Amino acid sequence: MAFLDISHLEKSFGLLRVVKDFSLGIDKGEFISLLGPSGCGKTTVLRMVAGFESPDQGAITVDGANIVGLKPNQRKIGMVFQAYALFPNLTVAQNVAFGLSIAGVGRAEAAERVAEMLALIGLPDKGPSYPFQLSGGQQQRVALARALAVRPKVLLLDEPLSALDAKIRVSLRTEIREIQQRLGITTIFVTHDQEEALSISDRIVVMNGGIAEQVGAPFEIYNRPNTRFVANFVGTLNTLAGVVVDPAAGMVEAGGRQFALGRALDMPRGAALTLALRPEAVHLGRAPGREVVLPATITDVHFLGSVIRLRAEAAGEVLSLDTFNRADTPPPAVGAAAEVSFSAADVIVLGD
Amino acid sequence: MTRLWSYGALAIGILYFLLPLYGMSEFSLRMIRGEYSLQAYYVVLGDARFQATFGYSVLMALVTIVFGVLLVVPTAFWVRLKLPGLRPYIEFITLLPLVIPSIVIVFGYIRLYNTSSWLPLTGTAMGTNVLLMFGYATLALPYMYRAVDTGLRTIDVATLTEAAQSLGAGWSAILARIILPNVLGAVLSGAFLTFAIVIGEFTMAALLDRPAFGPYMQLLGANRAYEPAALAVIAFAITWACMGLIQLVTRFSKHNRVAR
Repeated sequence: MAFLDISHLEKSFGLLRVVKDFSLGIDKGEFISLLGPSGCGKTTVLRMVAGFESPDQGAITVDGANIVGLKPNQRKIGMVFQAYALFPNLTVAQNVAFGLSIAGVGRAEAAERVAEMLALIGLPDKGPSYPFQLSGGQQQRVALARALAVRPKVLLLDEPLSALDAKIRVSLRTEIREIQQRLGITTIFVTHDQEEALSISDRIVVMNGGIAEQVGAPFEIYNRPNTRFVANFVGTLNTLAGVVVDPAAGMVEAGGRQFALGRALDMPRGAALTLALRPEAVHLGRAPGREVVLPATITDVHFLGSVIRLRAEAAGEVLSLDTFNRADTPPPAVGAAAEVSFSAADVIVLGD
Repeated sequence: MTRLWSYGALAIGILYFLLPLYGMSEFSLRMIRGEYSLQAYYVVLGDARFQATFGYSVLMALVTIVFGVLLVVPTAFWVRLKLPGLRPYIEFITLLPLVIPSIVIVFGYIRLYNTSSWLPLTGTAMGTNVLLMFGYATLALPYMYRAVDTGLRTIDVATLTEAAQSLGAGWSAILARIILPNVLGAVLSGAFLTFAIVIGEFTMAALLDRPAFGPYMQLLGANRAYEPAALAVIAFAITWACMGLIQLVTRFSKHNRVAR
């Protein structure tokens, strides 16, 4: 049994079913991200684990013990909020020590733990400061230290980076991951930012409409999305309408070309299907190993520095593709005729 | 031109408030014929009844404040946190003391808690004191509730509560260590307003026959010439001192120094 086990969780607000039969097992020390658009139920799942919402049905066990009946202050689950939620009347050190003093930890031990936590988040000198004297990123680090000081069994992070600016967001997420790995604490991270989820998680749960659409490692979620929603939500996706020519041989037709996908298809001959390609799988011009070639017209060019993002019309669809910048090759002009190629092995066949 | 108008309005306002005050203060200094003296103040401050009634009212004010804080802070907190839909109703109830005259409230009390009722509070001095304190708390409710509710509006009550809960805190710890310190400025302004109300209150204290400062002021006013003016100046000074204290307290609370 997993360390944190969520099974068949159900939650409705009035007539709206927000979480539907949600199950997930999380191993000790694992970093899991709940990823999904607003209203997909990810925060509700997190709040049920924290105890701020009670599930209509289902069980949540931590280390084998069901915690559903416990109050939030009895669960030993730390939480970091999007709005930092530092206590404005207390200094940084008092904020970090708050949970310890509630737990009745002695003064000397608490002071030691506070110093240890402040060192962990890289703010050893900020103990006497008040929250208003800190930047957003510093406040969120203090909030993390405060949650960790009581040595919770599970750490919950509710969009902790959303209120920060882009640069701090990237550095802080790396820091959070490092601290999590160092302490080996089981963590659930809620985010709507796919890049954040992809970059720091052991596994990602992509949620939509209250259900877990796919659970898997970031590489798997990105490259082998199970559903159309996952494919569209995680990363940019090009789609091509196709028809099954020979299901056993994995032969399909799209854009006037027939090619084999290299795997059998569980669909009848003549069935319509959607083929999807990540921008980095589509190549401008011909290239070895990219056996499917389609004529195309360049419709848009975005020079982003190291990468050039192109849009090209091919087979009646507009495809997005990325090429690396090369000083000796200027980007193609808009309206220019070109060819795009891709490998059949990179094609994702979308189910529903 | 606009500036001239604003100065004019300001001047009229100042005259309207300060002129009577000046007149009263000047009159209070003329007890000894032909010269200015503090005689009226000596007489008032030296009067044993002044000391007794003022002491009684101060004590009642303090008890009322404690009761008011214990009643209002948890209520306002709970309404904000769990029952936001009830807020208009609670606000309506807290405003009722402004429209119901205190004489109606006190007659209601006497009818409900007289010696032949099921809870004969008026039968003993202590019981009547308790009743008077409840009455004061009712009169101060609009100010206390509004002050605390406004204070709560400035903090994210729900998230701070959840953060404290996730750190193991129960309701009493959350109220005492997080909510109350963060609305302390608001609580204190409510408390000082309560103090000012209780010190000057006449109707309830007189009808419940308690030796409070309000009835003493009335008694003095009905029988003496200069002393009531001196007493009024003292009462003003107390009120202003209360307001000054509100300012001081909010200025010295460290954590919201930047917010202003």
